[in-house]
Amino acid sequence: MKSTNFLCRGSTRNLHGDDMNTENNSGVEAPIQIEMSGVDKVFGNGTIAVRGLNLTVQQGEFVSFLGPSGCGKSTALKMISGLLSHSAGEITVNGHPPGQSQDIGYVFQEATLMPWATVFDNVYLPLRLKGVSRPDAQVDVEAALASVGLSKFNDSYPRELSGGMKMRVSIARAMVTKPKLLLMDEPFAALDEMTRSRLNNDVMALWKKRDLTVIFVTHSVFESVYLSSRVVVMAARPGRVVNEIAQHDNYPRTEQYRTTAAYAENCRVVSQALEETMDHVDINH
Amino acid sequence: MSISTTDPTGISIEKRMRRHAQFDRLLRLVIPVLTLLSAVAMWEFLVWYHEVPHYLIPAPSRIAATLITDWWSLMGSMWFTVKLTLMSLALAIIGGVALGTVFAMSRVVEISLFPFAVILQVTPVVAIAPLILIYVPNTFYALLICAWIMAFFPILSSTAIGLRSADHNLRDMFTMYRASPWQRLRYLLIPSALPYFMAALKIAGGLALIGAVVAEFVAGTAGQNTGLASRILESSFRSEIPRMFAALFLVSVLGIIIFLITSWLSKAVLGHWHESEIKRER
Ligand SMILES: Nc1ncnc2c1ncn2[C@@H]1O[C@H](COP(=O)(O)OP(=O)(O)O)[C@@H](O)[C@H]1O
Ligand SMILES: [Mg+2]
Repeated sequence: MKSTNFLCRGSTRNLHGDDMNTENNSGVEAPIQIEMSGVDKVFGNGTIAVRGLNLTVQQGEFVSFLGPSGCGKSTALKMISGLLSHSAGEITVNGHPPGQSQDIGYVFQEATLMPWATVFDNVYLPLRLKGVSRPDAQVDVEAALASVGLSKFNDSYPRELSGGMKMRVSIARAMVTKPKLLLMDEPFAALDEMTRSRLNNDVMALWKKRDLTVIFVTHSVFESVYLSSRVVVMAARPGRVVNEIAQHDNYPRTEQYRTTAAYAENCRVVSQALEETMDHVDINH
Repeated sequence: MSISTTDPTGISIEKRMRRHAQFDRLLRLVIPVLTLLSAVAMWEFLVWYHEVPHYLIPAPSRIAATLITDWWSLMGSMWFTVKLTLMSLALAIIGGVALGTVFAMSRVVEISLFPFAVILQVTPVVAIAPLILIYVPNTFYALLICAWIMAFFPILSSTAIGLRSADHNLRDMFTMYRASPWQRLRYLLIPSALPYFMAALKIAGGLALIGAVVAEFVAGTAGQNTGLASRILESSFRSEIPRMFAALFLVSVLGIIIFLITSWLSKAVLGHWHESEIKRER
């Protein structure tokens, strides 16, 4: 299937490669936040993780990356955050090369908390690394913890928390710097179904309230359809975008949405798109 | 109707659990002490009953008497051994942590220097000690080097492994938030390495004492201001067996104290978070 780019639009850069003034972009249309064109990633061992990746993400979107294991979802996310360099093509985040914008929150599959630090100190970390003193950070850290419903656990250690609570701390940590872009790499894959759907709702609420752009990696069709405004379906070997399926703008979505015919139909469409990527590929899920 | 937390005797389950835990803790202390005391009593009784001469096996009471009569000379020797052990341990920590940090930062340095560290570790100290005693004119320094060799390696290798053990996602996060090298060390690498370091310290503390004693055995009673090992040697030449036992007893006490201190330190540093030091409630 050919890559379809619904939101194809001109680059915000002029011919000289200088950045256009982003303050001019305050029109009705949401400005572009992430632009990837013809992006390749070849690892040192010769693995082609991603080839010819094209993607445009506008501010305020909730985009899911959906695809089988090994199709380069994590790689794509890490390239956007600047943790991995790309081998070819172009990536811009807010008009800058990746890694220059500190305005990014990142949530890993595991909660990835520091076991030796309290909940407060874990959430304080990004601010501490920026040189913010503890008293100055107090308000922001507590607000971030409150936004994920964890107000009374400042002095707890990660080992005292359940899996879902640890993930909440991890989200609070990503949010404490008040980023505009939140990257989440299969954040709830290890959680039980109940916790997972509750956190899904919380992330959606956070997205709306904070006016975030979210890129959410998952291999669950249901999760991607429930959450996102657009599902980006990826295929493996080499990793690439094979389909983009826009979702209805029927936010705020509640648990009820999961029971509607529209939801079932969307899941069916996305499932089918995913199925088509898996010809001749082992299905692990 | 709610489920009752009170059993027929009227004592709440919680209270009984707490009492049980206290009792458990008491038993943990009382049982080993009682066992030890009865073993000593048995020893005393058997020596008395069979009229074993004290130059073969002295009774505990006789060893205690020797401890008292020879108190000051034994304390002097003990102080010497303590000094030797602590100084070598301190040097092992300084050297091991410094080199371990360099190893963790540079593969090249590690690959080139690691063989030397291994050779130092696997060659028995007893075998190298005579050489060191020849080349280093000051006996104290020679002994110090021997004890240091014993304690150095565990600290070195654990520091190097520990500093590398930091979670790779956390490393990525520190990169993303642009942590300075110092911040990375302070907030990520050192805490990650601490459990490894504490485990090594427990081992190195014991090894430093062994090194100090063994080296002194090899050196013999050459120096005048000498440690417990020399007292043991000297007493064996003079067949003063009770004195030998008394010195031996003090070496054991020293070892136990080092073990207790390092264990306490480990608990104090890791107790609030690391698996190895957390008491699980059952
Ligand atoms: N550091 C790496 N070195 C070599 N190959 C890698 C590395 N990271 C990922 N890969 C490979 O790149 C491909 C995509 O990986 P990844 O992005 O983790 O997939 P996903 O997150 O979709 O499961 C896989 O084939 C994987 O084996
Ligand atoms: Mg992945």
